[in-house]
Amino acid sequence: MARHEAFDGGEETRQRITFTIDGEKITAFAGQSILEAADAAGIYIPRLCDVEGLDPQGSCRVCTVKVNSRPVASCVHPVSADDVVENDTEEIRRWRRDLIKMLLHEGNHLCPICEASGRCELQAMAARFETLEPDLYPYLQPVRPVDASHPDIMLDTNRCIRCGRCIRASRDVDRKYVFGYIGRGIHKRVGVNATDLAHTRIDLDDAAASLETCPVGCIIRKRVGFFAPIGRRQFDLQAPGDEIEKRKGEGK
Amino acid sequence: MVNVVCSKFNSDRGRLIDILLDIQSTARHISEEAIEEVASALGIHRVEVEGVVTFYSFFSQTPKGRVAIRLCDDIIDRHAGAEAVGQVFSEALGIGYGQTSTDGRFSLDKTACIGMSDQAPAALINNEVAPSLTPDTARRIALRLVQGMPPESLFEDFGDGNNSHPLIRSAVNNNIRLIGDILLAGDIESGKGLERAFALTPERVVEEISGSGLRGRGGAGFPTGKKLALARAFPAQRRFVICNADEGEPGTFKDRVLLTERAELLFDGMTIAAYAIGASEGILYLRAEYSYLRGYLEEILARRRASGLLGGEIHGSKGFGFDIRIQMGAGAYICGEESALISSCEGLRGEPKNRPPFPVEKGYLGYPTVVNNVETLCNISRIMERGGAWFASYGTGQSAGTKLLSVSGDCGKPGVYEAPFGLRVRELLEMVEADNPAIVQVGGPSGAMIGKVDFDRRICFEDLPTGGAVMVFGARRNALKIVDAFLEFFIDESCGYCTPCRVGNVFLQERIQKIMNGFGETGDMDYLESLSRTITATSRCGLGATSSRPVTSSIQQFPLVYASLTKEPKDGLHAGFDIQRGLEISRKIARRQSMIYDRRYGEEDGQA
Repeated sequence: MARHEAFDGGEETRQRITFTIDGEKITAFAGQSILEAADAAGIYIPRLCDVEGLDPQGSCRVCTVKVNSRPVASCVHPVSADDVVENDTEEIRRWRRDLIKMLLHEGNHLCPICEASGRCELQAMAARFETLEPDLYPYLQPVRPVDASHPDIMLDTNRCIRCGRCIRASRDVDRKYVFGYIGRGIHKRVGVNATDLAHTRIDLDDAAASLETCPVGCIIRKRVGFFAPIGRRQFDLQAPGDEIEKRKGEGK
Repeated sequence: MVNVVCSKFNSDRGRLIDILLDIQSTARHISEEAIEEVASALGIHRVEVEGVVTFYSFFSQTPKGRVAIRLCDDIIDRHAGAEAVGQVFSEALGIGYGQTSTDGRFSLDKTACIGMSDQAPAALINNEVAPSLTPDTARRIALRLVQGMPPESLFEDFGDGNNSHPLIRSAVNNNIRLIGDILLAGDIESGKGLERAFALTPERVVEEISGSGLRGRGGAGFPTGKKLALARAFPAQRRFVICNADEGEPGTFKDRVLLTERAELLFDGMTIAAYAIGASEGILYLRAEYSYLRGYLEEILARRRASGLLGGEIHGSKGFGFDIRIQMGAGAYICGEESALISSCEGLRGEPKNRPPFPVEKGYLGYPTVVNNVETLCNISRIMERGGAWFASYGTGQSAGTKLLSVSGDCGKPGVYEAPFGLRVRELLEMVEADNPAIVQVGGPSGAMIGKVDFDRRICFEDLPTGGAVMVFGARRNALKIVDAFLEFFIDESCGYCTPCRVGNVFLQERIQKIMNGFGETGDMDYLESLSRTITATSRCGLGATSSRPVTSSIQQFPLVYASLTKEPKDGLHAGFDIQRGLEISRKIARRQSMIYDRRYGEEDGQA
């Protein structure tokens, strides 16, 4: 697996270390990311921009934990022996809730009319952190471009959360570089490597266009909307993290 | 044209910023076609080029004027009358902000602090600086520009010191107000520190600097000797020394003075740092706003090469070689953050990198890199010349040496002060002849906002750390307007990489503006503090970690300002909800009045 290459020191030679997450003793390889080590131990750390199979980038910050009292993004922070990691505390849950809310209010996330509803990781995370009710944060209601030029795929960047998963998938897995970040600050967005999507080399079979890559409803496949009925959608059946938490006690 | 520019830089992808700066200055914008051509000449993807073009504020995708006027828009300039000056330019040239005249001659924009707060309001006219503007001088300048005078001929009276040097010829003044012993003293002979360093082993040089107690002058205060030792210890084929001359913190301008008056000392310092860690390559990262100093600095580098102070084997060093190139910035405050600065030197979007690994291990191009502030590097030269113990005899226990302070705002003597660490804010305010000071911003927007109760605090790492900016605000200034301006700055300058900084700052500003507009509620301060905690804790770099400080420090220091502007919401309604404002939009759309809220509904049907 190409994942987290930066931290790999070769399987055999890697040194085993121990550290704790919320008081629980965990075994890990030296240099492995905290998030990766937690996954293996069956402890789920919520995340949005990180996904199995792509290098981590540490931009959504939802996976923030405290390591020896200092906040870090666990997907890009290598673990050291005897680290004391805090994950599921009131303070950290509060941060994560705020971050999820920021993302929900930054874009136009109208779940009832969104094709990704029920398989949207942002929505699932909002449910996990009980932030589905509107609150004090202002809605920024952006007006960003929608690119429907491609025959099979369309982009509604009003729903983009800048996780960059499509960028990394296209660059590192598909080797096509269809997407890239453009702009700065609140105007930062995902751009395409041509005048529009139709002029890029993207294809339905690309990892960048797969349902697992875009966590929200920004990259949409044409003609296959709302394919699963309510009750049988991906996260109706199993929430993000359920699978990781099942590993616990399985001797992994 | 694009191909010529690309080949000038050997079609090196790492020099993308320089290539784009060249195209921008010739073609006045970077067109879609130019983006395509650059991408194909460098063998990279078009979206990578577009990503860089859209990141830096000095690049534009629509044509700027052949004469581009950028009016400095920080709070100090606003208080000094920038708006009236902008009005004059706007009327004389017939264009508004963000516009280019139809004949393509002029464009007018606002820009973040250009490092001239001691002579505000100021503007950049192409690469020239127009300081101390008034509506009258602005009118004269505009008239000359309309008559066709080139920007470089606008000023006949040059500033003091090297500002009148044939290669600078700028109207900028140094405004040196307090001369300290270490950096601004008149009797400094460059070359001495370098000579003494070469007489020692690199290890001894690191020890000497460590022993001096020197800490980074950019504001964070990391021990310089330790940084050098770490970069030296990490095994690598190549190593780099980078000088951070991207002082973008609003209200900071002391590096401008050092670059103008102490360039030799700075290059000595870079060479010593390189000798200490075993680097053979150096970069001076110069902010775009200081382009007017570039020719002068290039000439000094050329002279040093000619006299054997730079190049293959440096005179007196027994085989040590080192050279320096100047990397221009392109308008991005975030590039003052060391890992973002490295990204920018590599021709990338100026986004910080994940740490670890730290730049001292994997920095520029993946090699150990020491990034230091201009002032820090100048200090290194002096420490080598006079010894660490001499240096440590100035300042306080944890803060050795002196600090250059850039003082601006409501005071009689704005300018650069070199004072030993430990100076009390009150003492400084007396020196600068502050005019009824009520608020002092120590360290710029990312620093601390303090009121009278804290004027006895000391400027040093133990108490009030600062990169050097001290903004003085008199009693008639509105604290919330200042906070609002700072947040606007952080929103504009956030790279947008991570969620809390990209989005959270926008939310902070929304709430501050709500309070300023009279719709504040008692719960708003808790909201602001809680949001600030999340932004600080979860942001990826120093920008996000400090962007909420104007909010939190103003709430802490000026609770009465907030209390007077917020009220208890009644009847369970949001006090921030203004029904009339909401209705105004509806009235326009529906072209009629409200049946419930407009008493005279029906009397003048359709006459909303």
